[in-house]
Amino acid sequence: MSDGQPAVDRSAKVTEGQISDSLSQALGAGAPAKPAGPITAAFAFAWRGMLKVKHVPEQLLDVTITPVMFVLMFTYLFGGAVAGSTAEYLDYILPGILVMSVIFTTVYSGIALNTDLTKGVVDRFRTLPTWRPALLVGSLLGDTVRYVIAGTVIILVGVIMGYRPPAGVSGAAAALGLVVLFAFGLSWVFTTMGLLMRSPNAVMNTGFMLIFPLTFMSNVFVEPETLPDGLKWVVEHNPISYLASASRGLMEGNMDTNDITVVLVTAAVLTAVFAPITGRLYRRG
Amino acid sequence: MLAIDASGLVKSFGDTRAVDGVDLAVPAGSVYGVLGPNGAGKTTTIRMLATLLRPDSGTAQVLGNDIVSQGAAVRRSVSLTGQMASVDEDLTGRENLILLARLLGFGRSGARARADELLEAFDLSEAANKLVKHFSGGMRRRLDIAASIVVTPKLMFLDEPTTGLDPRSRNQVWDIIRALVSGGTTILLCTQYLDEADQLADGIAVIDHGRVIAEGTPAQLKTSVGYGSLHLRVVHPGQREIAERLLGERFDGVHRGADSTALSATCRDAGEATAALAALSGASVEVADFSLGQPSLDEVFLALTGHPAEEPTANEEESE
Ligand SMILES: Nc1ncnc2c1ncn2[C@@H]1O[C@H](COP(=O)(O)OP(=O)(O)O)[C@@H](O)[C@H]1O
Ligand SMILES: [Mg+2]
Repeated sequence: MSDGQPAVDRSAKVTEGQISDSLSQALGAGAPAKPAGPITAAFAFAWRGMLKVKHVPEQLLDVTITPVMFVLMFTYLFGGAVAGSTAEYLDYILPGILVMSVIFTTVYSGIALNTDLTKGVVDRFRTLPTWRPALLVGSLLGDTVRYVIAGTVIILVGVIMGYRPPAGVSGAAAALGLVVLFAFGLSWVFTTMGLLMRSPNAVMNTGFMLIFPLTFMSNVFVEPETLPDGLKWVVEHNPISYLASASRGLMEGNMDTNDITVVLVTAAVLTAVFAPITGRLYRRG
Repeated sequence: MLAIDASGLVKSFGDTRAVDGVDLAVPAGSVYGVLGPNGAGKTTTIRMLATLLRPDSGTAQVLGNDIVSQGAAVRRSVSLTGQMASVDEDLTGRENLILLARLLGFGRSGARARADELLEAFDLSEAANKLVKHFSGGMRRRLDIAASIVVTPKLMFLDEPTTGLDPRSRNQVWDIIRALVSGGTTILLCTQYLDEADQLADGIAVIDHGRVIAEGTPAQLKTSVGYGSLHLRVVHPGQREIAERLLGERFDGVHRGADSTALSATCRDAGEATAALAALSGASVEVADFSLGQPSLDEVFLALTGHPAEEPTANEEESE
């Protein structure tokens, strides 16, 4: 075979002999007694998710930039008209935009899983002798860090614009925590989609087609009082409205346990329904 | 002992019977080639054997474990290098290997040491901290194979490891495969390159439309087809025409070679070749050299299927 190419590329370091020598050494090396347990494996995948935030920060930026634009646009363009003053409107809208930015980021979980699937990375992970769902659990764990970053960015943008959460840092942190918890539940919907759809783009388009009306038909931007009856009913029963109200409550220091309960129950139901579906689809391949 | 013992594997996707009753018997310690054109069912077969897909029917034991009921045990001793280089593009080469080492049970520092050892062995040390999306096709493939031997597997599935690679990278991958085999790993090698199977495989199954249509050693396959080629050169270019006519009286497929003295013909056995050379000498045609070649696997494929092996698609790797 090598008769055809007698002249080995001079610039290249590898000669055939070298590869075999260090390779046979690498092949002879001892192996661990057993593969990683479920927890170690899940944390390894979470670490992978974090590395991606480091190497491809654009991905996170892409989904945070829209909410940042919204908060700027809505506050300065419509703030005066809708709430009387931009400062008052910022107080109203910021918790809602926090919800929006984190919710947008959840679509990314589905896109990432679909990318792994279509690039064949999942095939490798699924042939490893580790607990199979570790990839799902670990990636969502890593994504949670992403959600926290996205939420923090929005709160900081608000602070720069003059927003001061009445309940202070602890109120903002509590709101962020609740939003991230809800996002964790919602992201199972997108991992399910990620395993069902053909391309990362399809997941993105369908995901945002779902997320956009859900966020806009909520009380993120406007109080439902001014809306016509039918729409008002939808807005009032939209779980995103509960989440936005609950976040507002926490940030203002007057938390509403009813809102919080609805949010937690919705997150639990989403997890209970879509986590097993994701798991089944993933195992089935 | 058989490393893979599969019988009657079937897998359909909708109306497509991707794999339509495949039997395989792969001896431990060998390289077994699964040769077939694009769409023949190679990848689907590998995915079933690697426990990624459940067969519709049929059974298979991989290293003595059933691929359906003992999937976890199968996964403990095999590794897969898929058709697409299945490494994470958004991570560095080193991070990819550390991740796999951690998953396979290495401790933190052990994982780093193992990653560095493999990067060294595959001549990737210099690019270790570059993102994989900036790797060349050959580097990506080497990293991919390195990722498959973080723990040396007893059996390795290699799905078209050299498709889309330049000849140099292809030779490197072939050397790596040879080193793996000499270390005792059994390899199931899917390929649509006939010379690749010829170069590396101890046994070959030729598959087409989801079925094994022939099986044997490369030599057996060639003899079963039963013909080879006589190649010769005349001393004087002027005599080529006479030689061509004389060969044409005895053989099919007489054609001129690239230079002005070369001729080839389809020839069934050495006796016929000797008789032809005697006839040439009788007509005072001086022959500079001659050889009796075995048929190429291309000819084998044509003879078995009645159609040539399709041209492999130039490059199946994702290009950014
Ligand atoms: N997931 C799938 N869904 C539908 N059809 C598939 C799928 N995977 C493979 N096929 C079809 O099955 C046949 C065999 O494919 P494959 O096993 O990939 O062949 P090869 O690897 O030999 O090129 C092809 O016709 C292909 O289109
Ligand atoms: Mg294939």
